[in-house]
Amino acid sequence: MRKIRQNAVWIGATLVALILVGAVLFGSNYLRDDRALPKVAEIGGPFSLVDHHGKSVTDRDYLGKPTLVFFGFTHCPNVCPTTLFEITNQLKELGPDADRLNVLFITVDPERDTPQQLALYLSSFDPRITGLTGGPENILAAEKAYHVYAKKVPLEDGGYTMDHTATIAVMNSKGQYVDAMHYQAPSTAMRAKLHRLLNLKDS
Amino acid sequence: MYTNTACLHRFAMSAAILLTMSVVAVAQQFEVKSIVIEQPWIRATPAGAEVAGGYMTISNTGSEPDRLIGGVLPQAGHFAVHEMKMDGNVMHMREVEGGLEIKPGQKIELNPSSGYHMMFMGLREPLKQGDTLKGQLRFEKAGVVDIEYRVEAVGAQSPHQHGAEIPHQHNH
Repeated sequence: MRKIRQNAVWIGATLVALILVGAVLFGSNYLRDDRALPKVAEIGGPFSLVDHHGKSVTDRDYLGKPTLVFFGFTHCPNVCPTTLFEITNQLKELGPDADRLNVLFITVDPERDTPQQLALYLSSFDPRITGLTGGPENILAAEKAYHVYAKKVPLEDGGYTMDHTATIAVMNSKGQYVDAMHYQAPSTAMRAKLHRLLNLKDS
Repeated sequence: MYTNTACLHRFAMSAAILLTMSVVAVAQQFEVKSIVIEQPWIRATPAGAEVAGGYMTISNTGSEPDRLIGGVLPQAGHFAVHEMKMDGNVMHMREVEGGLEIKPGQKIELNPSSGYHMMFMGLREPLKQGDTLKGQLRFEKAGVVDIEYRVEAVGAQSPHQHGAEIPHQHNH
């Protein structure tokens, strides 16, 4: 009789221990984002812009999740569709894990990229990508915060194109700059960085 | 004897099919005088895009330089040859003034990675992957040539890159 009671206590204790270990492991999966990747440079900062749904947003709205930030414009034939397409493929491959990530596409051409134009353009890519625009001063402030170069280049027909930085800034969930993804780096490198950012094991 | 004939017949059929397939697989090529254009293609455009990039290989087999000075794509208002350069992390884009020169014996590749590309502007409609678009190019000396562009995926890097198509979802 005593033996049975002793066994029951042991089984109970083991179960409690297992539950505790499980909870710690489960919890750490969600908490590791910040611990894994430390700030490496003073890049990023406050911004106040409008998203492609027409809603006013600031950098604070994107804290709590790691965030990819890159700059471009919709009148861009090479770099911007390449990057958006690459990110779309990566997010698809990540599946639901990509919900733990913000992706911000900030226009360097607020004159032509209204929230409506961004919404239309982004409808061709993963819906988890958010387009941001705003007044010229607000865009300039965001470019400055992210150390982004952008310059209008006139074309012969009276139109213009934009030179701009093509790198993706990788921010942790506290809005600190932790990494960069360079234009045309191999997909495998980008995938590895995303896995690191989201604490996923490489399969 | 009957079997042999059947075999021969089947062999001839297979050979004919293979031959047809290899002809189809040969790169799309267009020529006007000394200018040879291979595999023109355009990237499909995202919704609302007003510009598209066009790519191809242009060779000059003659003994005099020529210039690509214009052309027509009915879906676009106009186009120009642009040069893209990466300076560190910054992408620079410039219009090639006076057209793109192709020296005798030179072969110029226009591609999305860097260097030259056609910039179609004022698009009247989205360009859809899988379509074939008729267009014209105009060279200073060789004159006008009718060509056909294949429309590839939005982010395609080359006319054969199937890896650029949206992949199936994997479970890792």
